[in-house]
Amino acid sequence: MKLRLPTLSGRSAVVGVPYFWLLLFFLLPFFIVLRISVAEMEIVTFKDLLTYVEGSLQLKLKLSNYLFIAEDPLYFKTYLNSLFYAAVTTLLCLSIGYPFAYFMARAKPTTQPILLMMVMLPFWTSFLLRVYAWKGLLSDGGWVSNLLIGIGADHLLLFSGLIAAEGKFMNTPFSLIIGMVYTYLPFMILPLYANLAKMDLRLLEAAADLGCAPWLAFWKITVPLSKAGIIAGSMLVFIPCIGEFVIPELLGGPQTLMIGRVLWDEFFSNNDWPMASSVAVVMVLLILVPLAVFNKYQSQANEVRK
Amino acid sequence: MAVNHVSVDIERGEIFALLGASGCGKTTLLRMLAGFETPTSGRIVLNGQDLSRMAPYQRPINMMFQSYALFPHLTVWDNIAFGLRRDGLPKDKVAEKVEAMLKLVQLGKYGMRKPHQLSGGQQQRVALARSLAKQPQLLLLDEPLGALDKKLREETQIELVNIIEQVGVTCVMVTHDQEEAMTMATRIAVMSEGRIMQVGAPSEIYETPATRYVADFIGNVNLMDGSLTADHPDHVIISCIDCTHYVGHGITGVEGMSVSVAMRPEKLRLTRERRQDSPEWAAGHNQARGTVKGMSYFGSFTVYHLQLPSGQILRVSESNTERHREYPLTWNDVAWASWSPSAQVVLTA
Repeated sequence: MKLRLPTLSGRSAVVGVPYFWLLLFFLLPFFIVLRISVAEMEIVTFKDLLTYVEGSLQLKLKLSNYLFIAEDPLYFKTYLNSLFYAAVTTLLCLSIGYPFAYFMARAKPTTQPILLMMVMLPFWTSFLLRVYAWKGLLSDGGWVSNLLIGIGADHLLLFSGLIAAEGKFMNTPFSLIIGMVYTYLPFMILPLYANLAKMDLRLLEAAADLGCAPWLAFWKITVPLSKAGIIAGSMLVFIPCIGEFVIPELLGGPQTLMIGRVLWDEFFSNNDWPMASSVAVVMVLLILVPLAVFNKYQSQANEVRK
Repeated sequence: MAVNHVSVDIERGEIFALLGASGCGKTTLLRMLAGFETPTSGRIVLNGQDLSRMAPYQRPINMMFQSYALFPHLTVWDNIAFGLRRDGLPKDKVAEKVEAMLKLVQLGKYGMRKPHQLSGGQQQRVALARSLAKQPQLLLLDEPLGALDKKLREETQIELVNIIEQVGVTCVMVTHDQEEAMTMATRIAVMSEGRIMQVGAPSEIYETPATRYVADFIGNVNLMDGSLTADHPDHVIISCIDCTHYVGHGITGVEGMSVSVAMRPEKLRLTRERRQDSPEWAAGHNQARGTVKGMSYFGSFTVYHLQLPSGQILRVSESNTERHREYPLTWNDVAWASWSPSAQVVLTA
């Protein structure tokens, strides 16, 4: 038998690069954050976790931050708020983005690049500027504000609890959701478009041939086949939305406290790094655990099919 | 305009093939039957019912698509059940029919697989089962075997015909492969530039082509231009540059008119000497002298390219009934091609 020397082949190098990237820029920082979250503060420095005192090796993990997060209803409520607004944003982006991506993918091949360009055009101006612009549009006397009052939409919004008073749109759940949907819509549209554009249209003919009316063919064929696009788009919107800081800060109000804001306060107002780190760790787990469960379920479903 | 002035009657239970080169309008015609294209004028009538303005999903017609268009996210079972479910059939009825279809195409064990887990031949059978499940009044096949390799195609041709005949469904197929049309169809329509050139049984199309185009399109043919020199009720003489044709039947025409004579290569014989053993040959008709300029060996037969004095190439197919010829013809040999008075087809169009 020939001895095979372990060599770094091109293939494993290519596969290795993203792993290395994740290791360096995700896992490592995460462990640093994790370490800080269980460390004791000594004025401005952190105490070592492992200490060797009088012949005994001691591991000291300070878990009080996590206990505090678990006990204080403020944190629980804020996490819930974050998840809620992220979910609402994702659903709205999906319901606006799907038809948009669908018609874009079915448009004439010559007009498709123009439509795609228009989706990406907002990225050319600063994100901050665009969010800030909504402040002007939604505050008293703003165009959108006037329009909404004009068509009487403010009564409906008040009734549904999205605004606090008639004609006042700023710093409400409504303004926050508008800002988030507006900002994250392209991230929903682009993966959906990529998915829908490559769909084999003969499948719809086959469905029609087998007695399927167009709208039913859409539900039975187009939607299931775009599942990957729906998932990708939803992830791209949902995950950054949970930790969103700038939009709630500019457009949100007292009702819409989200975890990003809490993080900011712990870091910069309270200067309590371990507490801030604990909040961040819980947030990461909050996102990762459902993702991991979902992934496992997906791969199991794939296994069954095989 | 892809299809123009097409009028054709298809009988119940027959397999009707639309044959033509790509871009001849055969697929457009098929898609009109399915309802994916709308004719600007004219009618499509099935069992006395006008389909022209019906949407595809309302027509009692099912189609087997080129490259199958199986739903990739559904299992084989669900693919076949798809059409039945749209009809609102109860669950047990659907299951019963799907099982029967799986059995018909011999895929009983594969119901739970996804299309991408099947071979090309298996996918083709799933596509067939799916299009037959609703018991359509008309089955459309778009290049049914186009995606299969040659060996599998030959096996599948027979199998497909057997299944279609077992079910007893009327069938219109589109193909550019004349061999496929010949083996599968009861009647063939040869199409060119959106028109139907000739409709007939495979043997009719092959042996009595109506036009130069059909003669040339189907199989190999030698075409010679000439003029009618003697017109009798029981025979005619046609003079060409290299030979004179004695044709053993009368034609409608006048002396002096220009005609074409079509002869299939396998209807010709090659000899080293001039033949005298029939009255026509003795009179010098139905023979041509030439030089062998090329030979293509196909195993069961050899095609000789005989160059006539005018420079025209006459293709002669000799079947290799013996393993070794005593005096094999070879390049630059002089030989005589001869044929019988029934070998030619006289074409006036």
